[in-house]
Amino acid sequence: MTERPAPSSELSAPPTPAQPAALLTADDVARVVDRIAHQLIEKAGDSLADLVLVGIPTRGAPLARRLAARVESFSQQPVEVGTVDITLYRDDLRLRGVRALEDTRLPEAGIDGRLVVLVDDVLFSGRSVRAALDALRDLGRPRAVQLAVLVDRGHRELPIRADYVGKNVPTARSQKVEVHLAEIDGLDEVLVTGGDR
Amino acid sequence: MKRHLLEAGDLDRADATLVLDTAAQIEQALAGREVKKLPTLRGRTVVNLFFEDSTRTRISFELAAKRLSADVINFSAKGSSVSKGESLKDTALTLEAMGADGIVVRHGASGAPHRLAHWVRGSVVNAGDGTHEHPTQALLDAYTIRQRLGRLDGVRVAVVGDVLHSRVARSNVWLLSTLGAEVTLVAPPTLLPVGVGSWPVTVSYDLDAVLPKADVVMMLRVQAERMNASFFPSAREYSRRYGLDAHRMAALPDDAIVMHPGPMNRGMEIAAEVADSARSTIVDQVGNGVSVRMAVLYLLLGGAPE
Repeated sequence: MTERPAPSSELSAPPTPAQPAALLTADDVARVVDRIAHQLIEKAGDSLADLVLVGIPTRGAPLARRLAARVESFSQQPVEVGTVDITLYRDDLRLRGVRALEDTRLPEAGIDGRLVVLVDDVLFSGRSVRAALDALRDLGRPRAVQLAVLVDRGHRELPIRADYVGKNVPTARSQKVEVHLAEIDGLDEVLVTGGDR
Repeated sequence: MKRHLLEAGDLDRADATLVLDTAAQIEQALAGREVKKLPTLRGRTVVNLFFEDSTRTRISFELAAKRLSADVINFSAKGSSVSKGESLKDTALTLEAMGADGIVVRHGASGAPHRLAHWVRGSVVNAGDGTHEHPTQALLDAYTIRQRLGRLDGVRVAVVGDVLHSRVARSNVWLLSTLGAEVTLVAPPTLLPVGVGSWPVTVSYDLDAVLPKADVVMMLRVQAERMNASFFPSAREYSRRYGLDAHRMAALPDDAIVMHPGPMNRGMEIAAEVADSARSTIVDQVGNGVSVRMAVLYLLLGGAPE
């Protein structure tokens, strides 16, 4: 008694890869960003005026801009945004080879004494965040640094945790979490692909 | 990218653009910072192997390597075992045994960096070999043009002066044509190489005819130390026909720029008032040299050793 066509059974499906499961749809992403914005406002309290949202390219950068726009609209206070490219701070260049660099832009006033919230799409090993912390150390001395991520997929290799998490997703190491954002990929969605689910 | 940077021809358009983009990002990332240092090449060793005198290129490479946290060893022929008669190969093998990841070499003999590249495992960067090439100079010139004019494709570049002895001119001809610029060489016939007909350039003997149609004028140094025959009657006559003075500069289009790789002979190929004018990018070129060399070192040494 279902109107939708029955999903093809795992058993009878041909050995082509199944359609990747959408972990978050566009609506989910919007809701998650709104929620993190509210949490930021609540947790920051009086230091909201000092807040700088710093995105980690590629997809952390547009995410930081969105988050800033939502915080601004909920709190009626201006929020500054920046990006920090971490490529030159990575510890895996020797393993994975060099890659093109992306933008590093910080607010004119800098980050000294301010509340910096790093923004990234996926928190995995924690190595990107470590690299971003190293980069921040060269750029100034924030009063505090926090971390906001859209998806936390586990498998940390360093003692790093996020202060704001959009969605916790237990994954297998062999799986891939793909975040698509309208600014870069044309639409918002989060997919989990590959591996044995 | 290839493992070595020996000549401008080692870079295709995508590689060359990657170097320029990387340099721009590095410049942006370091702008206004107190700590002008990146950890990227920590633990890597770069040897500056200079068999010929050089101030700005050696310092520029040294600063670029240090800003990327590499360990830098400066090796100049004077006061080294080379002055005791050690061959290039033995010097190379010594450096190899010490574990050099990158070797920046300047040598009076054209092709020396190519030879060196066969003997070592690290990456070799040509910092000027004889009258052959000086690819990082061409990269920083292209970077400077793009920074000032916003583009390279279709830009008209006049390269003026001693093309025959100029490795800067050779590298620029190849790199600029790879990047889509139109190059015109302007020189007395005695200072043009024999094979110039096969280069992707136009040749002119008349500077005054070329200037109104140039977006960039690149003045080459008259290399007195390489002049072992009289290529022109007198310095005065050279300066009158091929020197850039204020009067000639006025014939340039409004947004055209004047470049010089340095060191300048003020009053010979370029008048002091031109070198110090707002059109001159000579000081920018020096600063850009560090960013571009950081980009080259990052792209060659940053990744996995092959």
